[in-house]
Amino acid sequence: MKRSDAPESTSTPSGDASPPASAHEGQLVASPALGENGAVPETQVIGQTPASTRATRQALTGRAARELPSVSASPIQLTWRQLRKNRMAVLGGVTLLLMYAMALFAPFLAPYNPTNQSPGGQNLTFHPPMRLRFVDRAGKFSLHPFVYQTQQQFTEERDIIYPPVAEQPRPLRFFVRGSDYNLFGLIPTNVHLFGVDNGYVYLLGTDQEGRDYFSRLLIGSQISLSVGLIAILITFTLGMLVGGISGFYGGVVDDIIQRGCEILMSVPDFYLLLALAAALPTDWDPVKVYLLIIVILSFVGWAGMARIVRGLVLSVREREYVEAGRALGVGDFRLIVRHILPSTFTYAIVAATMSVPAYILGEAGLSFLGLGIRDPMPSWGNMLSTAQQLSVLERYEWILAPGFMIFITTLAFNFLGDGLRDALDPKSRKLG
Amino acid sequence: MLRFILKRLLLLVPLVIGITLVSFFVMQLAPGDYLDALRGQPQIRPETIERLRREFGLVENPTLWDQAKQYGRWLGNAVRGNFGFSFTYKIETFELIKQRLYYTFILSLWATVFSWVVGIPLGIYVARNRNKFGDRVANFVAFAGISLPGFFIALLAMKLAQQTGWFPVGGAQSVNYESLSQLGKIKDTGWHMILPVLVLGTRGVAGLMRQMRGNLLDVLSENFVLAARARGLAERKVLYKHAVRNSINPLITLFGYELSGLLAGAALVENVMSWPGLGRLLLESVQAQDLYVAMGAFVMGGVLLIIGNLIADILLAVTDPRIKFS
Repeated sequence: MKRSDAPESTSTPSGDASPPASAHEGQLVASPALGENGAVPETQVIGQTPASTRATRQALTGRAARELPSVSASPIQLTWRQLRKNRMAVLGGVTLLLMYAMALFAPFLAPYNPTNQSPGGQNLTFHPPMRLRFVDRAGKFSLHPFVYQTQQQFTEERDIIYPPVAEQPRPLRFFVRGSDYNLFGLIPTNVHLFGVDNGYVYLLGTDQEGRDYFSRLLIGSQISLSVGLIAILITFTLGMLVGGISGFYGGVVDDIIQRGCEILMSVPDFYLLLALAAALPTDWDPVKVYLLIIVILSFVGWAGMARIVRGLVLSVREREYVEAGRALGVGDFRLIVRHILPSTFTYAIVAATMSVPAYILGEAGLSFLGLGIRDPMPSWGNMLSTAQQLSVLERYEWILAPGFMIFITTLAFNFLGDGLRDALDPKSRKLG
Repeated sequence: MLRFILKRLLLLVPLVIGITLVSFFVMQLAPGDYLDALRGQPQIRPETIERLRREFGLVENPTLWDQAKQYGRWLGNAVRGNFGFSFTYKIETFELIKQRLYYTFILSLWATVFSWVVGIPLGIYVARNRNKFGDRVANFVAFAGISLPGFFIALLAMKLAQQTGWFPVGGAQSVNYESLSQLGKIKDTGWHMILPVLVLGTRGVAGLMRQMRGNLLDVLSENFVLAARARGLAERKVLYKHAVRNSINPLITLFGYELSGLLAGAALVENVMSWPGLGRLLLESVQAQDLYVAMGAFVMGGVLLIIGNLIADILLAVTDPRIKFS
């Protein structure tokens, strides 16, 4: 827990795992009494609301105070308690944390450079995954894993096969020096978690160009996982703003914006994605493409968000505190952004969490069709695109690995989002 | 009722025009045009390209005004039923889209039927067995179903087809399709359709099951259910005559929504499983910058979606007497 909350921590302790900012949002929405203060900056909330709560609590003594547990728990804390009970949601959250940590440390965890076509010294295409072995030929067990090197051979059908050679065990070495990279994009280093001397280790095999699939999967996670998050941030901001303006002003402004949203929403999303992504020139550099894919994903998604927010704003704008703000001469924009929108945050955040998978799937789908992130940059979607060739699908099943990663990520997001919604919605709390 | 439908149909006109506008300008975003690919080929003479350019009504380095004129011309023709022609296939766009639309339509239709026929009873079952083992398993499976990317299931399905030989590996027709009898043709298409329908329907089954479970649980906790039980109605009657009916209504609005996902999912599944549908046509035409086909496919997708929503509204109005046609 952050000590910066200290002044209010005695009366309204915020949830352990939640940063102050979200505690702030949670309070504003879930308890209308506190919400009356609108979205006034945090310092003021700290100054005002807890003071009144503290006064109430001081008036109560001993037993009476204990009978009011809801006073001592902030809404965010209630939500957290509720969420913690949902095992699948917690599991989802933990999985996501691990996934994102993995993406952050990807170049360190990956033994090779994801674009190197002969990471082990020679170019080996469609090399099958290697098994980590613990028992050597003599039947002796050791905790130190090793892999057998392989011998490239051609079958009569002219397929390439790689039978392992037992005479050439290569123990895994940890913290080895390999290809150069920048950790977090900042620290130049060449230390990798593991690797082998005089040979190669392909935990997930290699792809059609002989690149290490495990390294590509890890580096690819950086793109696949970040696209969803950044896109949802843009969608969220845009949707909030447009929805807020639309709902606040009503009338002609609302009509125009709503008709625009309707048109956007009347086109099947993926069709629009397809058409937009296909417009990207093929010779652009990968970073530019990456950024534009994010913009496209957000562009396609914001209308839905704007719709939801508009509906919420319509009801909020009639509240007294908005009226009061107006009477005090608060400008429209400030009123919308600082006072009205924060009270729609909770719903919007849940809606956002629930829709992250859609963005991840959108990127994966586009890249899969060759319209998104392009080779040699790896993304889970474009790695799978090789599997579209029937011969590859038939023989090299490890190519499907990124599909399972996408599946696990979306599953985790869905469990977390579902848990969040249940935790925030008192109605479903009852039903369980 | 008729007035309501007519009014709704009339409201669709500006919406469809909006979609055409979006589609046209999205297509214009891409640099160059269809002829670029031809220009790259040395064996095609510049005069031929110039002739084609005039024939297609394309302008080199068009200004905004040129584009507006081109759009106006297209819209004018489209109103009269002429949607332009395909640069690649050299046939009327309308003919091309008609075939493809048919395939996407039957695929989506059967996927919808599949997901409702399986999803709703499953939803009722798990709601009745709330928090029991079956419910938990079904819940987890449903989550998995929602989370599996459609194109990934499609890939897995293709692998299954490859390895077992039970189903055709992609496509919509066997090689000998033309020589088959009428019944044989239907059987053949049906056989090819099984896997794509299962793949597309999975998500729907999972989603509908969860929704139905939630709705039914909500309704079962309402007073009229309590009253019905208190009056001594048979549990079967309480459930199917009162509770289930009331919990299906909200799902009907979902139907229109589902259709959007279905079309989107179909676009990817069609590509993986070589199903000759609208989504595949869109991808092909967009990549070839076959302008009018792409616009046609795009607009058709939109129209399909809007009609789906309209049908959902009408169905809702029919099933729920509280809704007034206005």
